[in-house]
Amino acid sequence: MDISLLINAIVAGLLLGGFYAAVTAGISISFGMLDIVNIAHPAFIILGSYIAYFAASSLGADPILVSLLAAPLFYGLGAVIYQIYYVSFERRGQESLRGLAFFFGLLFVTEVTLILTFGVDYRYVEAVYIGPSLHLGDIDFPLRMVVPCVAALVMFGALQLFVTHTFTGRAIMAVSQDQLALQLMAADPIRIKRIAFGLSIATASLAGALLIIIQPVEPSVGREYIGRVFAICVLGGLGSLPGSLVAAMLLGVMESLTSTFYGPSWSPAVSFGFLLLTLAFRPSGLFGR
Amino acid sequence: MNTLKFSIVSIVVGAAVYFCGRLIGIGYVFFAGYTILQFIALSSAWNILGGYCGYVNFGSAAFFALGAYTTVFFYKFHPLPIPLLIMIAAVVSGIVGFGMGYLTLRLRGAFFAIATLAMAVVLQTLVVNWDYVGGSRGAYIVRTETVEIAGFSIEYIQYLFLLMMAVAIIAIVISRAIGRTQLGFGFATIRDDELAAEASGVPTLRLKLIATTISGALMGMAGAPFPYYIGYLQPASAFALDYGVNSIAMPIIGGTTSWVGPLVGAILLGSLQQLATVTISSAVNLLIVGLLLVFFVVVAPNGLVGLVQEHVRAWRKK
Repeated sequence: MDISLLINAIVAGLLLGGFYAAVTAGISISFGMLDIVNIAHPAFIILGSYIAYFAASSLGADPILVSLLAAPLFYGLGAVIYQIYYVSFERRGQESLRGLAFFFGLLFVTEVTLILTFGVDYRYVEAVYIGPSLHLGDIDFPLRMVVPCVAALVMFGALQLFVTHTFTGRAIMAVSQDQLALQLMAADPIRIKRIAFGLSIATASLAGALLIIIQPVEPSVGREYIGRVFAICVLGGLGSLPGSLVAAMLLGVMESLTSTFYGPSWSPAVSFGFLLLTLAFRPSGLFGR
Repeated sequence: MNTLKFSIVSIVVGAAVYFCGRLIGIGYVFFAGYTILQFIALSSAWNILGGYCGYVNFGSAAFFALGAYTTVFFYKFHPLPIPLLIMIAAVVSGIVGFGMGYLTLRLRGAFFAIATLAMAVVLQTLVVNWDYVGGSRGAYIVRTETVEIAGFSIEYIQYLFLLMMAVAIIAIVISRAIGRTQLGFGFATIRDDELAAEASGVPTLRLKLIATTISGALMGMAGAPFPYYIGYLQPASAFALDYGVNSIAMPIIGGTTSWVGPLVGAILLGSLQQLATVTISSAVNLLIVGLLLVFFVVVAPNGLVGLVQEHVRAWRKK
């Protein structure tokens, strides 16, 4: 086996894993902490990609900058969705079956709306950091992977600081553990959950921009990510952001090795297979309690 | 009405539908009717696990595709008559359903749903990389123009229509029978409160395994004639998420608590989609399904059947 090929595959996997972490951040919050199975999250990521694409192609704006500007809109969207979800399902205790179906429906509505608006062609963006690559000896660091990875790590760091060091962030962690206790501390759990869910959708804006930097996007690409994000989230242990980051890196490396040595057509099976095995043998994840 | 009588009535209704189709005399009726029957079978099968037990299966497409690829495999290996293939598909999908249930059913709700989605992708990857059944290139199935049954010669599409009618009837009869026996009550206890059911001595794991096996087997049966229907099967069309979303949307729109809901939902939504495909486009199709699904879960959580029941109850009180 060629050693530099191996090292290159591992480096590419780590960079990819950083990006996966950004994609998973939203699910780590909504599924991991709030127990809301937002299966439509990847569709919102694709929505983010298309907003970045639209702004970049018509105004020539930088995709990452655009996504940061669009994040408040996504936050609002998330808050509205949570409110509907709360009133229709959570309050009535029907979240398991109907809540899942609700998000599954949202997934399709978002995806088909994008198809009807933009068509099924692959779209991509232009930016200065797409194309060139850094070299360190034999190892390549393509900037189109490095920039998303760094952006993702920054976002992950910011989220981690937010949930551990601010009042609202700690309240989010608290609501994931004991909603009643939070209520007794005179904090409104529904408000906290709405903020947290809004935040989780807001991360989809940035993740979408990073996705379209890494690869061309068409509306149904999101489906490939459903398995990945839940695999990472479960593997990392529910509700643990650092766990998700490690799991994302792990999955990135495994997928990269699989596609380098066995061919890219096998790589989707890696994440899903891993997810099935984790669910079957260690449902609490690698870092779960 | 006991199950035997109900089966006879269903067969009579099925035969009546078939002869009405012949009277109309347009081949397209059977072509569209096949799809609707296929959805009746799929949604009734989904409802056994999803509606009765409350476990959401996103991977209907996987079981459907298992059935379809069983047919492709035997087509390449040694062609068999389709009724036999349907039975083999039932066994294969039933075994996979059992296996999946065994691996994942100790997990509650959401994890199970995600695991089914994962299984669909794993199976799709396996099929894409399996050259014998065509891999990602797909496989062609050649069918004859007509087929001989008991001395009568009928068009192939009508033959497929009749077979799918049989599968749909089997699915409905089984689904109805389960709802009326102890098995159905056991399923309902799991749906309502699994912990309490377990504590009262309901063998929840065994019941859930029965549900995944039956549900999977029926979905496989619905998939088995599909390669002959479509003529060219590729992984993307066999594993299309459309089957997943439709087999969830139809029972939920119809109502999940009895066998009637999936039937009503499949007929309505199936016909609506055929109409939309012909008059508008096939993408709008899925948009309609998605919007209706979201609308119904939010506004009418018990589906159309639930709405009717509420009206009847209100009317009786007057």
